[in-house]
Amino acid sequence: MATTYRICPRSGLQFDTEAEKLMRFHAVAGVLSLLVGGIMALGVILTRWPAVHLLSADTFYMVLTAHGIDMLIFWIIFFEMAVLIFASSTLLHCRLATPKLAWAASILMAIGAIMTNVAIFQGESSVMFTSYVPMQAKWHFYLGLILFAVGALIICFIFLGTLVIAKAEKTYEGSIPLVTFGALTACIIAIFTIAGGAIILIPTLLWSLGYIREIDSLMYRVVWWAMGHSSQQINVSAHVAIWYAIAAIVFGAKPMSEKVSRSAYFLYILFLQLACAHHLLSDPGMGSEWKVVNTSYFMYFAVLASMIHGMTVPGAIEQAQRLKGYNKGLFEWLRKAPWGNPAFSSMFLSLIGFGFLGGISGVMMGAEQLNMLIHNTIYVPGHFHATVVIGTTLAFMGLTYFLVPVLFKREVLFPGFAKIQPYLFGLAMYVVALVMMGAGTLGVSRRHWDMAFAGAPMAYEWPGAAYLMMGLTGIFSCIAIVGGAGWILQIVLSILFGKKLEEGETRSTPIPLTLPAPTPGGAAHPPATPGTLVLALIFLTAFILYYFVNWKYLSSLWGLA
Amino acid sequence: MSAILPPADRIWWKHPIDKLEYTWIAIALIWSLTMFVMMIWWHIYGNQNLANETYKTTKEMYAAKTQAVVDKYTVRTETDKQIPVVKPPAGSDIYLIGRLWDWWPIYELEKDKTYKLHLSAMDYMHGFSLQPQNINIQVHPNYDHVIKITPNQAGTYSIVCNEYCGIGHHTMVGRIYVK
Repeated sequence: MATTYRICPRSGLQFDTEAEKLMRFHAVAGVLSLLVGGIMALGVILTRWPAVHLLSADTFYMVLTAHGIDMLIFWIIFFEMAVLIFASSTLLHCRLATPKLAWAASILMAIGAIMTNVAIFQGESSVMFTSYVPMQAKWHFYLGLILFAVGALIICFIFLGTLVIAKAEKTYEGSIPLVTFGALTACIIAIFTIAGGAIILIPTLLWSLGYIREIDSLMYRVVWWAMGHSSQQINVSAHVAIWYAIAAIVFGAKPMSEKVSRSAYFLYILFLQLACAHHLLSDPGMGSEWKVVNTSYFMYFAVLASMIHGMTVPGAIEQAQRLKGYNKGLFEWLRKAPWGNPAFSSMFLSLIGFGFLGGISGVMMGAEQLNMLIHNTIYVPGHFHATVVIGTTLAFMGLTYFLVPVLFKREVLFPGFAKIQPYLFGLAMYVVALVMMGAGTLGVSRRHWDMAFAGAPMAYEWPGAAYLMMGLTGIFSCIAIVGGAGWILQIVLSILFGKKLEEGETRSTPIPLTLPAPTPGGAAHPPATPGTLVLALIFLTAFILYYFVNWKYLSSLWGLA
Repeated sequence: MSAILPPADRIWWKHPIDKLEYTWIAIALIWSLTMFVMMIWWHIYGNQNLANETYKTTKEMYAAKTQAVVDKYTVRTETDKQIPVVKPPAGSDIYLIGRLWDWWPIYELEKDKTYKLHLSAMDYMHGFSLQPQNINIQVHPNYDHVIKITPNQAGTYSIVCNEYCGIGHHTMVGRIYVK
């Protein structure tokens, strides 16, 4: 089978035809997982909304398990596989390594995803996303996850293989692009993640089949979180890469400094994984030294990296805009940004929400002692809806607006809706994250069917404010679900019925990437970015205030030693 | 020229770093180190640090220790389920069982006195969530976690289970009195 390449007439990107089909497969599989997860979200939220309390307890826990797994694993990892293929073969103008194996791996992933979903909906595997032992699911729940992970692992290695081919066949000059470097970071973290998953899920599968007598619950949590938390770190690396990509695509923005951005990614590779400890801070058995070093990503070096990305991405945009002449005052560059372009607005809402809501809350509750205020309360899902939904999902949605014409060769239908969709979905999610964190601060539990404790001999009465927060969670989640469902509908209808766009030239040899000759005497000095620094300082002020308010709160509690 | 292309200048690592970018990196580094020191500082000067004292145990052994305390210090029973209310002397070891679906027994403690609270689960994992204090601790089967607690306010406190433990999870609420 000879490799052919298509040059997209709209973006100038060059796609290996087989890689392009694989990307479409993963994008579609991801969106279908999002659809299932989204329907489940409706069930979850209409039950946790105290005034509605829709589902029975057993259905609720089943639906919640499906929501977690379809969103956090299947939607995101399918999409990330498309990102890996894009960042290697497309951005490097290279053929994809072993396309047939890639297809086999992709089909394995799909089989795994279906198998685990079947297990969940058969009703005897309502063990939540985390499937903590000694609570047991049916064997095919675990097997599905393992097959999915094996498929993903193979694609990670195909990504690495493609980088090797690109280097060997000299399809680009110099270093790989920053976005590919970010994808490489995500890939390295993914390999670590999947290894962690295999170490714990294979024995758990054997235990569910009766070959192993017992799995220690503490060991399970330690090893499981090597997968569970790391899988979310893949997202961070991937969506930061997408922020850089969208800034480049929409503004032609150039990284402020390749050195700084790449070093920040390197800090991710070195330290991000340690944060698995975030989940174990309120557990017995680990020492405080272990907790402090790991939970802080060894002195917060990964937080440092995120704070760097959080500044360099808008900084690159500010530089690009100032070069175009938007130079008035601190913020003209931002005011005159294309707020009606959904790729940009999604990306910017993702950046701000991830930093202000997800980042600050995550670091706060990752402090060893402060974690006691938060552990297993609904604050935790509040936090990760800010990171994974606002940060990752919204960035993926924004990129998809760009991919529909480029990859699927269709015009996006309903452009009017596309303009408002990121705000509808994104801003509603901002509120959801905030009110969930508010309810969690008052103590409301996560993964809990009834905050009124019906049937408990000694029920606890939550303060009225907690009910208010949960009511608001219900209302704004429904708005977010409308925004999310609208996006799915829009993308699916566009792919099926959107106006067909020109295919572009197909050729049998790739055009290698050539770089413009460097400007003699180095590039002109890029403009300064005072606006971005002001935004960053506002962020830091919010961070410091919120951090110490929580220590103050902690100091009022019972003495614990 | 952009993040989706290879760096235009092949020797990109020799580019000088923008002054504002440098400033931000320095600020972020200082803040990162501050937060790191904060946790250590609290271990030395703070009064709320979760103990790590933990022993391997068995369900039978832990249940027997709990029963011994209950037999010795029970002052009355409460609710239809006749849950014992146990009033141990200040400073003693008190054992709390988490199981499907209750926290057993109820303790009655004195304000500003210190007790050694033991936590363990009999079946699945459970979540010790003391309300309205909002102190949350993971409880494992086969591990005995020992925490020195000093209640600083009188009142009736609830222990909500906040680790999912099956269909009756929401009915799992216990109680501690502080007088």
